[in-house]
Amino acid sequence: MALITVSDLTFGYDSRKIVENLNFSVSSGDYLCIVGENGSGKTTLMKTLLHLKEPISGEILIGSGLKKNEIGYLPQHTAVQKDFPASVWEIVLSGCQGRCGLRPFYNKDDKNIALNNMERMGITSLASRSYRELSGGQQQRVLLARALCATRKLILLDEPVAGLDVKAASEMYKLIAELNNEGITIIMISHDIAAAAKYASHILHIGRTVFYGSTEEYLSSDIGCFFLSQQKGVS
Amino acid sequence: MFENLFSYLEFPFVRYALITGVMISLCSSLLGVTLVLKRFSFIGDGLSHVAFGAIAVASVFNLSNRMIVVMPITVLCAVLLLKTGQNAKIKGDAAIAMISVGSLALGYLLMNIFSTSSNLSGDVCSTLFGSTSMLTLSKSEVIFSIILSAAVILIFIFFYNRIFAVTFDEEFASASGTIAKNYNLLIAVVTAVIIVIAMKLVGSLLISALIVFPALSSMRIFKSFKSVTIFSAVIAAVCSCSGMIISVLAGTPVGATIVAVNAAAFGVCWLIGIIIGRSAK
Repeated sequence: MALITVSDLTFGYDSRKIVENLNFSVSSGDYLCIVGENGSGKTTLMKTLLHLKEPISGEILIGSGLKKNEIGYLPQHTAVQKDFPASVWEIVLSGCQGRCGLRPFYNKDDKNIALNNMERMGITSLASRSYRELSGGQQQRVLLARALCATRKLILLDEPVAGLDVKAASEMYKLIAELNNEGITIIMISHDIAAAAKYASHILHIGRTVFYGSTEEYLSSDIGCFFLSQQKGVS
Repeated sequence: MFENLFSYLEFPFVRYALITGVMISLCSSLLGVTLVLKRFSFIGDGLSHVAFGAIAVASVFNLSNRMIVVMPITVLCAVLLLKTGQNAKIKGDAAIAMISVGSLALGYLLMNIFSTSSNLSGDVCSTLFGSTSMLTLSKSEVIFSIILSAAVILIFIFFYNRIFAVTFDEEFASASGTIAKNYNLLIAVVTAVIIVIAMKLVGSLLISALIVFPALSSMRIFKSFKSVTIFSAVIAAVCSCSGMIISVLAGTPVGATIVAVNAAAFGVCWLIGIIIGRSAK
């Protein structure tokens, strides 16, 4: 069943189009990786999917059973967060915001959800630590736990391993793969084509040429081969 | 010295001033945490200059109740500044500099041309740096300030969780269904209201000190949002209370004394922060 269907989507900044007439759909349980060069509009696409930006034309259909505020999101770090005084608990709990509706304070259910997700991410012991004192990998786990509080079905990740060392990055990928095994649909932006090939079920390549298909199809396509060899050359 | 203090406290106007001062600094410190973290500190500064210009306009028209003019103009500018900060044709900080200096100049110009009072520089000085008028508040003014401050505090408590979410990560908050724009607007409007009521206490040039100092001091020591917020409220109340008492006893200007006490408190917190940091390592 399609969770998100994108048809004839054109998106960009203001009125400058980045990608035109994009079509793809994400089904429940998929692991979609969005790849492409810097500045090809990956983050903009993600923000458009989240309705943070209006599409220039075309449609994003959200499948039945998924409410607009049931999408988890792990954005890139902002400058504000670097020295932000907040405990891990406060941040994870803020993921329950969307469930609150008009209720001003969190209730027991919300707190339980936050506790469970902290356990899932293995950060229970960090609960009262300050976010700014954590390592990059720990910070990403906190943000992932927060995103999990907002959803049970779909999570969008914007470069979850950016700035992490190799070990922390591979732990992060494993964690995401586990979530996918538990049935959560993943849409992830990545620079790392090798990891995408290893974990993703589908790949969306945007840029001058656009490709959408399963990972095997991508790896045997011209653009996939080209991009893969190019990245190997760099690293 | 204490006898002296108690004899002052017997006058109702001194008690009024203390109560209003503490209430006002409480609300500005609450909001200050958010403003500092959102990198909006200068909006507070810009708005206070706008309020100065608005007061000049009000006094030119010889209005008895200046709030009618000052409050809407300041709130309007707060909304405008926030909007320009987001779509950056004129960059946010430049827009603030422009509006704040512009209204400061316009305000002084108007006061100078249409002045009816014989002591122009005294008037200007007391609007900029606060005046002893803090000690001559009428009962209705006290009640007005207290009601507004209480409203601000209630709004802050009621929306505390959302304010935290929007401050920490605006994009995540809007992606999970919180309308971040509305809360930014709320923060801007409340900031404008606080600035207008706090001008009586410290004057328009010094008001940002009430917003920025307690938050920064508190952030030296505390590490979670809740403790930072609570402690900055405590610091603000203690500093403004002791600042006012010192100024009454020593005869120093109220606004400047309060700000000086706040600055001293920041120094102390900074030192404590360093000591805690050292011993943690």
